[in-house]
Amino acid sequence: MTGKRTNQRIAFWIFRILGLIVVGILFWILGFIVWHGAGVIDWKFLTTAPTDGMTGGGIFPAIVGTCCLIVGSMAVAFPLGVMSAIYTTEYAGNGKIVRFIRIMTNNLGSIPSIIFGLFGMALFVNALGFGDSIIAGSFTLGLLALPLVIRTTEEALRAVPDSYRTGSLALGATKLQTIRRVVLPTAFPNITTGLILAIGRVSGETAPILFTAAAYFLPKLPTSIYDQVMALPYHLYVIATSGTDLEATRPIAYGTALVLIVIVLAMNLLASFLRRHFGKKVKTN
Amino acid sequence: MIEAKNIDFHYGDFHALKNISMTMESNTVTAFIGPSGCGKSTFLRLFNRMNDLIPGARLTGQCLVDGKDIYAKGVNVDELRKNVGMVFQKPNPFPKSIFENVAYGLRVNGVRDQAFIRRRVEESLVGAALWDEVKDKLKKSAYELSGGQQQRLCIARALAVSPSILLMDEPASALDPISTSKIEELIHSLKKDYTIVIVTHNMQQAARVSDKTGFFMLGELVEYNDTKKMFLNPEKVQTQNYITGRFG
Repeated sequence: MTGKRTNQRIAFWIFRILGLIVVGILFWILGFIVWHGAGVIDWKFLTTAPTDGMTGGGIFPAIVGTCCLIVGSMAVAFPLGVMSAIYTTEYAGNGKIVRFIRIMTNNLGSIPSIIFGLFGMALFVNALGFGDSIIAGSFTLGLLALPLVIRTTEEALRAVPDSYRTGSLALGATKLQTIRRVVLPTAFPNITTGLILAIGRVSGETAPILFTAAAYFLPKLPTSIYDQVMALPYHLYVIATSGTDLEATRPIAYGTALVLIVIVLAMNLLASFLRRHFGKKVKTN
Repeated sequence: MIEAKNIDFHYGDFHALKNISMTMESNTVTAFIGPSGCGKSTFLRLFNRMNDLIPGARLTGQCLVDGKDIYAKGVNVDELRKNVGMVFQKPNPFPKSIFENVAYGLRVNGVRDQAFIRRRVEESLVGAALWDEVKDKLKKSAYELSGGQQQRLCIARALAVSPSILLMDEPASALDPISTSKIEELIHSLKKDYTIVIVTHNMQQAARVSDKTGFFMLGELVEYNDTKKMFLNPEKVQTQNYITGRFG
């Protein structure tokens, strides 16, 4: 008896310690960046362009650029992803082709992001002639986010009980009406969550925009979707590795990292907030 | 009136219904009884073509609703389902308000007249004996209702599109005795306006609510008769065995 108890206690302690290590690493990274980066962040840092060979000024163009890329990539990934998920879960059944599509979708999700970058450069920048631009970067990031959007949407749709579908069909609704009026509204909170997670994912990606959208230094704001932009992750890479004076840019790099992390973290928190909020609300709409 | 003529039905290799012919008269309640897996629910679902949703299903024979072959080419399935309403085993209201649940069938069938929708919703809820319980909370979620109320809401939802036939697939099997008796009373009162076909596991229920009863076993219609006769003096020995509880 005591042997069993002791074993259990030991096992729990191991789990506990491992759990603490994971949390510890996360907080260490966060703490490190906050410690070094919080000092440089002020209103001016967030609202002005870099100056003095990127050793001074702020990161405003990079924030705007990242926002443009987020909006653009979601405009690509969201309709495409949601509609393909609707097709695979609601229409296509479970035949060989659909299973193949599903496996391929998952594979697409595990392709290294640099490959997306090179593909985007070959297709959008060169072949389609968009040049380095918001639109080329948005398409590339959109493709990258697509598997995530598809998978979360599929899961959201599958979580809708079949009894809702049969109930609606039995009242003379068509399949499309059933999807539009019952299935999608019910799945909406989880779909939104997937969308926001996808935003978190694309806002931190560097490799896909490296050759398709990101500018090394471009202090003016974009005026059209065919303009290049600065973006936070790439800017961070630039000022951490190839600035004019690395020592002088270091605090700015930490500040940039902090802003990026806060954006991604905020997206994730928003996702879980929305899920809970809509989860309660959906039944009374 | 529903007429089934020489119905055979397969799920893949499984022969679920074997050469079934029967006629269900208008404004009567017909009950289907029989052990689990005997095909009674499958048979019920032929009449609003819900079996169409099952891959690998195959049907031969004829199925007439009010004289029309509902499996003929060119039949509009949505129109058919409007005319042949269905209530399921487990209450399945949509995650919408009480009002929107009942209005749903009207909205998907293109009704835009709000005054008409409001009137139909009220009539349907009255018809389903639920109006007095919900008239002050029509905007509340359907899931705030009890299970029995939810089932009556589902009946109201089916009534709203003015069907002539109501199919009920064990409508009270997930409910407590009091809710069950309310549903049974409701079936009684609906009979004068609707043709009702009900599948039930509960033989007392069949005896209480139905005019005619069909006993199914292993995909065959063993006996189809007036309910009174069926329960007092069945013609077939299997029926006798089943209703006296010797198996099932």
